[in-house]
Order: sequence, then structure tokens, then C-alpha cells
Amino acid sequence: MLRPIGAPGGDAAAQAPHILRVTQALIVENLVKTYVPGRPPAVDGLTFAMPMGATYGLLGGNGAGKTTTIAMLLGLLVPTSGRITALGHDMEKDRFSALARMNFSSPYIALPNRLSVAENLRVYAHLYNVKRAEARIAELAEDLQLTDLLNRPAGELSAGQKTRVALAKALINRPDLLLLDEPTASLDPDTGDWVRTWLECYRAQTGCAILLASHNMGEVERLCDHVLMLKQGKVVDQGSPAELVERFGREDLEAVFLDIARGTRAEAAQ
Amino acid sequence: MNPSLRRVWGLVYRHLALYRRSPPRLIELMYWPVLQMIVWGFITAYLAGVQNNLGSVAAGVLLGGVLLWEGALRSLMGFSVSFLEEIWSRNLGHIFVSPLRPGELVAGLAVMSVLRTLIGVVPAMLLAWYLYAFNIFALGALLVGFFAALIIMGWAVALGVTSLILRYGAGAETLAWSVLFGITPFAAVFYPVSILPAWLQPVALALPASHVFEGMREALTHGTVAWGHLAAAYLLDGAWLAAMAWVFMRQFQAARVRGALLNIGE
Repeated sequence: MLRPIGAPGGDAAAQAPHILRVTQALIVENLVKTYVPGRPPAVDGLTFAMPMGATYGLLGGNGAGKTTTIAMLLGLLVPTSGRITALGHDMEKDRFSALARMNFSSPYIALPNRLSVAENLRVYAHLYNVKRAEARIAELAEDLQLTDLLNRPAGELSAGQKTRVALAKALINRPDLLLLDEPTASLDPDTGDWVRTWLECYRAQTGCAILLASHNMGEVERLCDHVLMLKQGKVVDQGSPAELVERFGREDLEAVFLDIARGTRAEAAQ
Repeated sequence: MNPSLRRVWGLVYRHLALYRRSPPRLIELMYWPVLQMIVWGFITAYLAGVQNNLGSVAAGVLLGGVLLWEGALRSLMGFSVSFLEEIWSRNLGHIFVSPLRPGELVAGLAVMSVLRTLIGVVPAMLLAWYLYAFNIFALGALLVGFFAALIIMGWAVALGVTSLILRYGAGAETLAWSVLFGITPFAAVFYPVSILPAWLQPVALALPASHVFEGMREALTHGTVAWGHLAAAYLLDGAWLAAMAWVFMRQFQAARVRGALLNIGE
């Protein structure tokens, strides 16, 4: 059973309540990324707006542009053209103000293995300037069932435990905007379900916005209000999972995904 | 605590926690400086025995050179290896999506460089005093001045190395160890700049280290302070640091454009 989770609006928001006025967590305008001039862009004209409190899904096959999109949203990658406004801040001119209120989790980026769970969380509490860091770590440890693991080196944890630690790191600053790259990859169904339930409760209680990239269609159907289907860097369709399933005349989102990935959409629509 | 200082402390804390949990890393910090000092200590003891007074002076100058040059080497390695630790642990992505500014990253790495240098070189200095009766601390405040100038030079070189790692990936990591060895012949560590061919002397004089070692020799042999060399060392440090910081920021931005921060470990 989950208990109430912290104050909504993030650690920075708690210190400056005016920033809660932002109603759009993300505004992405005509985003383009071309790695090599002359070759097709990895992301081609992506445009969407994600309101606060929403969970959006980025879906697409390998090479569809999901990772490139997330990297640009996080400021790791400079777009070739277009504009990203995260929590009211232009990501090219003022990305650090936004990054203080955002966070990110991916199974493909690790935490230092030799540091204990508590030490890892302490590092990020400092980097995100979290007030009352020890209390926040204890709170997250209790919420994510990490209390017994706090003194264990991160490298000695199971995949499920590492995912929970990564989630704790991603929530250390009570982010207003959470970007998750395959948050339940390599987890068993029980642990995956636990993480999804936890994320649903967290969003309901804090009102944060979540952008999720996943290959797990069941997860996307369950968690996301809106899905952007990417193919070759372009949004080829979008809508709520139910809308997409209905529009394609399929039984579930997985069948929709396969139609788009295999280019059988027209056939399916007929 | 000021948010910027706290972020720098966060990075330093990450590395301190790593050393606390990894005794081999801590031992490695002291291993090479102590080994270098022992080898050069025997060489200088031999020279002192052969040449009496002149040999004793030469021995002191050589040991002083070894110990101070280790300061520059450890400073370079402390900075660039701390950066590499983030690549090796696949943690760099988390660091770069946090609010840590590039300047704060550099400040954190510089603090780690000083700590690693002190942990590595001070035991070697104490051992030189104990084993060979060579007391480099007799230089007093001047030692701090020389040492600090070499540490700053180490940062400048490390910023260049880190820029190359950002440009070429972890494949450039061997530079973190080797680049300063390439500078050694021109840095007047064991002999004066005047020994070098005339065409090489301007190259040597453009390095802060040459002025530090010229100053150290003057202090050890004549007991006088070469303020001119010390000032030149710090002016050159400032110039090299500014140039390398510019290169680093250019490479950091270029890495953001190329997407190199996504797969820098590969």
C-alpha cells in the first residue's frame, strides 16, 4: 500500500510557488535532429504539447527517434532546429532552470556500482539541491521498499532492486516532469506491475507530468493518456490508447504498433 | 549552502564515497609517487656519494624535481581520471541531465585533483625526508607557491585531455596518464632550460612548469626566491587555463550537437 508522497510541485516549486502556474509541462515545436547532413533526420518535425499532470507515451520501433527525442528534451543533445520549452523554460537558453525540476530514469544509464544506495541518492540530493536530503532519502526508501538496501552497494542489487533505486534517484527532487525510458525493462511481471502501480499513484498524488518511452504496449495502454507513434523520426499517429485501438480497428495497442511498424495501417483501416 | 557549491560538493562527495569503498584506488594514489621517489632517492644517493658536495646539491635538485613533477602528474590524473570514473560507471548521462553546470563539473574535478594529489604526493615527500634526509618542506611558503602553480598547470592539461575524451570518446583515455610524460623533456624538470637547443627554449619557456623548476633550482642552490619565474609560472597558468577552458566548452557544446554525450563510453 502506498502512502501519500511528498508535496506536489517539486522541491524547487516548494521554494518558489509562482512556477506552479505553468500549465504545459512540455511544448515541443517542429523539432528536427539531423546527425549527418544529407542523411535523413533522426527526428523530423516533432510537435506536441504535454500538460501538467498528464502521462504521454513515445512509441516506435528501434531507430524511430525515441532516444534522440528524449536526449533533446533533457538537453543532452542540441536540436538541428525547432524549440523545446520545458516547465516554461527554453531548453536551449535556460536548460538548467528546467533540469532542476525535471528528472530521468533509464535502465541503460547506471548509478555507480561501488557506492551504496544511500550514497548514490545523497549525491543526487546534492546535485539537485534537495532540502532536508536525509529525510527525503528515508521517505523514498520507505515508499520504494529500499530501507533494507540503503547500505548495500548498488552493484550488488538485483535488476528489480536497481530499477527501484533508479526510480528513487529520478524522484529525489520531486520532479514536475519525469522522463522514463523503458522503466520496467528486464523486470519480472510482478515487479513491473508494482512499478507501474507506484507510478500511477505518484502521478495522481503529485500532479507531475510523465513522458514514457516503452516497448511494453500493455504498460503504455495502462499508464498513458496520450500516445505519440513515431516512425523514422516522424509522428505517424497519435491519440489516447483507446482512440488508436479504435481507429485501427484492432484489439490492443500491440496490434496497432505492428500495423504502424510494418506499414500495414491502410490495410488495417480498410 | 549555496546551490552551486552544493552541486560541486555533490560531485566531490561521489568520489570520496568511491575511495572510501575502494582501498585499491586509494593505495594506487600513493603507489607511483612513493615508488618514483624511492628509485630517484637511490639514484641521488649514488650521485651524492660519487660527487660529494656537488653531488649532494644535484641530488637535492633531482629529488625536488621528482617530487614537484609528481604534483603536476597527479593533478592531471586526479582531474581526468575522476571524469573517466563517470564514463566507466556509465553514470555520465545522469550527471549531464542534472542541474550541474559545466563550470561546476570542472570545479568538482579540480577539487578532486587537489585531494588526490595531496594524498599521493605528501606521503612521498615525508618518505623522502625520512629515508634520504631531503626536506622539501624547507622551501616553506615557496613550496606551496611552486606546488600550486604545477597543480594549476595539471588542470589546464587535464581540460585538454577531457576535451579530447569528449571529442574521441573513452578511446582517448590513455592520454590521462601519458600526455604529461611527453611534456617532461621540455619542462626543465631535471635540467635548466639553457641545456635545451636554442630553438626549443621558447617552447620550454611557454610552459609554467619550466619556470617553477628554474625557480626551485635557484631556491635550492642559492637560497634565493626567483619572483620573476614564479610570476611567469602563474601568468602562463592563467593563459593556458583560459585557453583550455575555452577548448573544453567548445568540445562540450560540440558533443551536445553530435550526440556524443549519449554514448561516450563506447
